Amino acid sequence: MMERHVLVVFPHPDDETLAAGGAVALQAKQGSTVTYACFTLGQMGRNMGKPFFANRETLPEIREKELHEACAALGISDLRMMGFRDKTLEFEDPETLIGIISDLLAELKPTLLITYYPGYCVHPDHEALAAATMEAVRRLPDNARPKIYCQAFSRNHETDLGARDVLLDTSSVWENKYRAMKAHKTQTAARIEEIERALAAGGAQKEQMIAALSQENMYSYRV
Amino acid sequence: MIAIEKTAVQTALENLTNQEVYIHLETTTGAYAGLRNAGATPVGAYIRNGAITYVRGTITGEGPYRVGLKMENGWVYAEGLTDYEVDANGRLLLAGHDSEGRLTVALELSRTPFRM
Ligand SMILES: [Zn+2]
Repeated sequence: MMERHVLVVFPHPDDETLAAGGAVALQAKQGSTVTYACFTLGQMGRNMGKPFFANRETLPEIREKELHEACAALGISDLRMMGFRDKTLEFEDPETLIGIISDLLAELKPTLLITYYPGYCVHPDHEALAAATMEAVRRLPDNARPKIYCQAFSRNHETDLGARDVLLDTSSVWENKYRAMKAHKTQTAARIEEIERALAAGGAQKEQMIAALSQENMYSYRV
Repeated sequence: MIAIEKTAVQTALENLTNQEVYIHLETTTGAYAGLRNAGATPVGAYIRNGAITYVRGTITGEGPYRVGLKMENGWVYAEGLTDYEVDANGRLLLAGHDSEGRLTVALELSRTPFRM
């Protein structure tokens, strides 16, 4: 189903692709306008490419370029860099984050919001931003709240949350997601090697890999 | 960055002796350490743009290398350094990488603050 406006909220360049690339590309393909509010440049990432080609000081610029390329692949037309520093979101005043997200909600009036599942998203930046995002939605009147899809990946998430209930057939956009993954070269080299090997092998291996990239499941969330 | 050349790094350390320099010092397992390996705890620490003055800077070891910076009133130390670069801004960047190319430790010195 097409959404009028999709707002994607994540802290790091690559979250939009790795956590929700299929869902995002699918919405864009169906004609939704997609805004991505990316809060940091992933300045403190450990992955520098494989073999490494970035260093601590060049990484932010490289990741910003990678992100632009990934957004083009996914069909994100409105990318907003929110200017925070990697690994610091949990130390900001939560009201600062909530205020920024509230402003985005007021400006864009998204019908669908995509972010991480609070409590089940591992990285402290993910948790801080997911919590702030949900709080911003909570402050909207009932009838102004967007639908929310979340991604979770902590070890315990399935035990606690059960199976995902948003099941998306992303077969029409698997190549977009794959291109976006490839764009995040510093972060995804090992995974890309694996995918390329399967695609090159052909036959059942290739089919299995395409099938895996053709399904993306998430959780719906109610504040 | 390229594999550490000990004498080049030693020279770079000496060039920054006895003056105020900005330091970025970091070590990390990554935030996902506990995700892949139950029971492992993510561990990390960093300081960015601390201002220090050291009176003696030395690189030791046969690779991976160690660097110690002796200050009037203390020490800065990093272990596991494998690669280095003196970048276009004259900053000395030192880092350790694991077999997958992931950063494990970084020690960087600059006469001007690092970008925030
Ligand atoms: Zn992330």
